[in-house]
Amino acid sequence: MSTNFETPTAAARGLGSAKSGTEHYIRQRVSAIALVFLVPWFLYAVIAASRSGYDGAVAFLSAPWNAILMILTLGAAFYHMRLGMQTVIEDYIGKAGMKQTLLILNTFVTLGLFAATALSVLKIWISAGA
Amino acid sequence: MSGSEWTDPRPMSPHLQVWKWHWTMAASIFHRVTGVGNYIGAFLVSAWVIAIAAGPETYATVEGIMLHPVGQILLFFWLASVLFHLVNGIRHMLWDGPKVGFDPKVASGWSVFNFAISILAAATIWSLATNLF
Repeated sequence: MSTNFETPTAAARGLGSAKSGTEHYIRQRVSAIALVFLVPWFLYAVIAASRSGYDGAVAFLSAPWNAILMILTLGAAFYHMRLGMQTVIEDYIGKAGMKQTLLILNTFVTLGLFAATALSVLKIWISAGA
Repeated sequence: MSGSEWTDPRPMSPHLQVWKWHWTMAASIFHRVTGVGNYIGAFLVSAWVIAIAAGPETYATVEGIMLHPVGQILLFFWLASVLFHLVNGIRHMLWDGPKVGFDPKVASGWSVFNFAISILAAATIWSLATNLF
């Protein structure tokens, strides 16, 4: 005879994690490790590419390695930004509707900026006819 | 922030104003502040990347915004913000991975170092970029 008076809900709640609790943390760190290497390059890239006007910027991104590193930087940065802003929204916005709206907006903004900037880099590189 | 009605019944962490200010606390707060700052600054840098693909006229407009005194001030603060988030982020990794630097004196000193190095590096990179190139 069973002596467990737990309700099914309490039993389910007692099961612990759904095995995805550390996912956000790990993704934040992995993108951060990539950015430790990519951000110093990116700062150099923006300075190097912007110092001689439009033609200089086009010439900089026409080089394959610069285009590759730029797209990697944009991908890692926008991903890292999305995770970070998600935490900030979850911490400070208590009102459910507003929180969900901002979380969705955060995803749309970061993915939209990644698509627009990555396409721009590709266009410059392809137009250069490498 | 805009979430005026707190609907979550769970307990909240202590508010900022009950803590005594110290360097590690300032570094922690500034890590988040600079993270949000980097996010906002990324819009301007994204506009610059998109403008290169859009053509010379659009590029001239964006370049004008970036070279305007207001744009220059924003870019300098963005550079300092990125550098602080970078060096303080490396410290977070060393806390998480090899678990070094937890001694209160070391942690405080390291926080001061992170503030100092990010401002000094921003000033150095800025002067190199504007004077040498």
